Amino acid sequence: MTETAEKIRDHFELFREPQYEELMENKRKNFENYVGDAEVARVSDWTKTKEYQDKNFAREALVINPAKACQPLGAVFAAVGFEKTLPFVHGSQGCVAYYRSHFTRHFKEPTSCVSSSMTEDAAVFGGLNNMIDGLANAYALYKPKMIAVSTTCMAEVIGDDLNAFIKNAKEKGSVPQDFDVTYAHTPAFVGSHITGYDNTMKGIVEHFWDGKSGTVEKLQRKPNESINFLGGFDGYTVGNLREIKRIFELMGVDYTIFGDNSDVWDTPADGEFRMYDGGTTLEQAANAIHAKATISMQEFCTEKTLATIADHGQEVVALNHPVGIAGTDRFLQAVSRITGKAIPEALTKERGRLVDAIGDSSAHIHGKKFAIYGDPDLCYGLAEFILELGGEPVHILATNGNKTWEAKVQALLDSSPFGKGCKVYAGKDLWHLRSLLFTEPVDFMIGNTYGKYLERDTGTPLIRLGFPVFDRHHHHRSPVWGYQGSMNVLVKILDKIFDEMDKSTNVSGKTDISFDIIR
Amino acid sequence: MSTAVAESPADIKERNKKLIGEVLEAYPDKSAKRRAKHLNTYDAEKAECSVKSNIKSIPGVMTIRGCAYAGSKGVVWGPIKDMVHISHGPVGCGQYSWGSRRNYYKGTTGVDTFGTMQFTSDFQEKDIVFGGDKKLGKIIDEIQELFPLSKGISVQSECPIGLIGDDIEAVSKAKSKQYDGKPIIPVRCEGFRGVSQSLGHHIANDVIRDWVFDKAGEKNAGFESTPYDVAIIGDYNIGGDAWASRILLEEMGLRVIAQWSGDGTIAELENTPKAKLNILHCYRSMNYITRHMEEKFGIPWVEYNFFGPTKIEASLREIASKFDDKIKEGAERVIAKYKPQMEAVIAKYRPRLEGKKVMLYVGGLRPRHVIGAYEDLGMEVVGTGYEFAHNDDYQRTTHYVKDGTLIYDDVTGYEFEKFVEKVRPDLVGSGVKEKYIFQKMGVPFRQMHSWDYSGPYHGYDGFGIFARDMDIAINAPVWKLTKAPWS
Repeated sequence: MTETAEKIRDHFELFREPQYEELMENKRKNFENYVGDAEVARVSDWTKTKEYQDKNFAREALVINPAKACQPLGAVFAAVGFEKTLPFVHGSQGCVAYYRSHFTRHFKEPTSCVSSSMTEDAAVFGGLNNMIDGLANAYALYKPKMIAVSTTCMAEVIGDDLNAFIKNAKEKGSVPQDFDVTYAHTPAFVGSHITGYDNTMKGIVEHFWDGKSGTVEKLQRKPNESINFLGGFDGYTVGNLREIKRIFELMGVDYTIFGDNSDVWDTPADGEFRMYDGGTTLEQAANAIHAKATISMQEFCTEKTLATIADHGQEVVALNHPVGIAGTDRFLQAVSRITGKAIPEALTKERGRLVDAIGDSSAHIHGKKFAIYGDPDLCYGLAEFILELGGEPVHILATNGNKTWEAKVQALLDSSPFGKGCKVYAGKDLWHLRSLLFTEPVDFMIGNTYGKYLERDTGTPLIRLGFPVFDRHHHHRSPVWGYQGSMNVLVKILDKIFDEMDKSTNVSGKTDISFDIIR
Repeated sequence: MSTAVAESPADIKERNKKLIGEVLEAYPDKSAKRRAKHLNTYDAEKAECSVKSNIKSIPGVMTIRGCAYAGSKGVVWGPIKDMVHISHGPVGCGQYSWGSRRNYYKGTTGVDTFGTMQFTSDFQEKDIVFGGDKKLGKIIDEIQELFPLSKGISVQSECPIGLIGDDIEAVSKAKSKQYDGKPIIPVRCEGFRGVSQSLGHHIANDVIRDWVFDKAGEKNAGFESTPYDVAIIGDYNIGGDAWASRILLEEMGLRVIAQWSGDGTIAELENTPKAKLNILHCYRSMNYITRHMEEKFGIPWVEYNFFGPTKIEASLREIASKFDDKIKEGAERVIAKYKPQMEAVIAKYRPRLEGKKVMLYVGGLRPRHVIGAYEDLGMEVVGTGYEFAHNDDYQRTTHYVKDGTLIYDDVTGYEFEKFVEKVRPDLVGSGVKEKYIFQKMGVPFRQMHSWDYSGPYHGYDGFGIFARDMDIAINAPVWKLTKAPWS
């Protein structure tokens, strides 16, 4: 049957029509040199074996379906958190097209960022002219208040010196001498997107606190009662930062969100496109030096930034993406201890509500096995929450996790009876996880959108928590931090558990004995 | 009716001139001069678009373009489903292009097909310092071990490869020999090469010539030809486009022996020199290999356009004209068969879309190819431009656009926003980076690279989906809600 105007069928249905199935079958049979269904089935089964897993884990060079991206992505994430700040990536232009698409697909929001568009001649002679012209054009067209420069691997391989280039560009008049241009070298062949976030934040701290590359006096720290907050690279930044602000305001804390991208990635549709919106003001960024302490929600995302801040005399507190009761308790207690502000009754009540909800529902999670993958801190926070719920985080995997992280998560597992038999995998990818899901199956998997391929192959239901989430809309608007955020995570986990229960009991007359109306 | 203000062609030309002048004023002088060459209004009397193209983007202006790697891995090679494509270099390029282009294919992913997987050499500092050739060799060994049904491997170079002096050709040759002539194909598509995706297409085409055709030897000797063998060139099967095209060609009596490259296989590439006619959809990305096949194997080629019934009908006849009466009759039969369906689609959607004005900014062929489909629905394209066109694309564009159409080559974020703000079209068709900008401005939008995750749009079956989607975009109730009643 061909298409009709009454009911338009797109790819979801069209290609299941017999004429298309026949077309594909004939193509395969006659032109593709196809090995045959039996051979495909044989190899497919073999990829599910322990033998295959051993070969898979013996890989030394090839990386397949990694759960990490490259440094400049993190640089762009950090940069857009400052007032009217334009990220400027020095190097090849295709990279910037990729970062913009990647963020846009996750947030369903525009992401503004420019490139210095280096090509072959710049590879030979260096990218100085690209920097000079690029800063001038970006400044003239997009009227930023600040430009945050980072690098692609191309500029790093040829060794372009950002500090010297920016100085040079200012001398040529690309931007005014006193215009804020921060910079960070962010080679893609070192670390991952979380490293790029860290380097960029460090660059911004150093710019404002340490005399703007020798052009003004270094700031003298005069400690006050405020605190700084670093969220780290976070796919839920819109919902999370708003939740954190609400918590700080409830507590009466004087705070600075250092890198607040919650507005620029959530602008209204009211007839006007806002290229810039909200963000940490440049004055706040400078004054952040006077804060009493800086709290980071993601230790492995902010190692260098925190070290730099500590060098300026502040106390630094590094958490690991706290989710759940104990994690949120630690966060609030740290804030309370540093600021001397009591944790208000309203938050204690929220805590009680979360405990109440866990008590109501944890029977469904108790003893369930989970695989968790994603950025190191996210994995830690989610694992801690799963343990708290009586679940077992059997496989915990971070492609961009290191040995320190591995040890830290292992210590967490060792602290709970539910962590027995669970294992941590630093530096492994989602193809490794595929083998694990066949040989040591779990009930559910928690991670970003790419896990849907594993869900298809292994039948393990995917609970989407992480970055990127491309195939579900608006999740980033709801927090996963704080007691209320943790409640969202709890509901997400439970929804999947109940959906799976229903799916496995919905055949009329066969499995529907347990198709209960009350769960 | 359209919300865009109706004007005479003379008024429109005057407005466009003023508009171009206004956007250029925002640039520093040097850049304004360079950008001025890329912006113009089509004048039917001159019969040319009068813009420069395929020139380096200006730094710092927010070009929408990508890179050579995107053109090779993302466009030409990536869709070949039974090969493993290694993103060779740091992790990012492969990660950002992973699964995002929706080149549909049939197969068991990870077993006999690999299209939605991301294989990367994940370069570390030591690979930059000491070179990555050894690592590449080991990667190929590991692919061989873990993916025994893969029919070939391509090495898609990222920026560092060409800068650190790696010899990926030597590694590929040695490994191919070690694995009994398995195609292992090095591609020098480093992102800094050229000015856009376009050079990546060209490099990828040349590599097919040198590393597939020239090395295939007698592989296709046993291939049994028929007089009606054609190859679809330059259809990436986005949302199933190539299948919705193939079905028409088969229905008219042709035998499609290869798809380049959507749902394609290495065997199809190797057999293409046996085709009697190459039919070319995306001219920009695959004209090179098509011309090569004409020169070397004497295969004629014809361009076609499968967007919208008017162009499909003309294209089917054009393709049939290269064959005998059997095929010509076949084409007429296909046209007649789908006519009622097309009339029904137009009857349903044209009243909802009549007179609506569209601005486009896309890639290879669509800035011109889709115009006919809009016109079939009574819509009018008032502005169009290409990310990576060459002069021959703009020449071809003159056959599609109306007098007074605003033309913008390698448009910058700033220009595009200003143009749409002033022209106020009823619909913008461009990419994901642009989508939400215009929707926030209250302008309906459809992604015209990915079909906004819909499709297919090619062929008769695709046209109904295209019409439905444009209606969904333009007539969504949400556009009436953007202003609060009190503001």
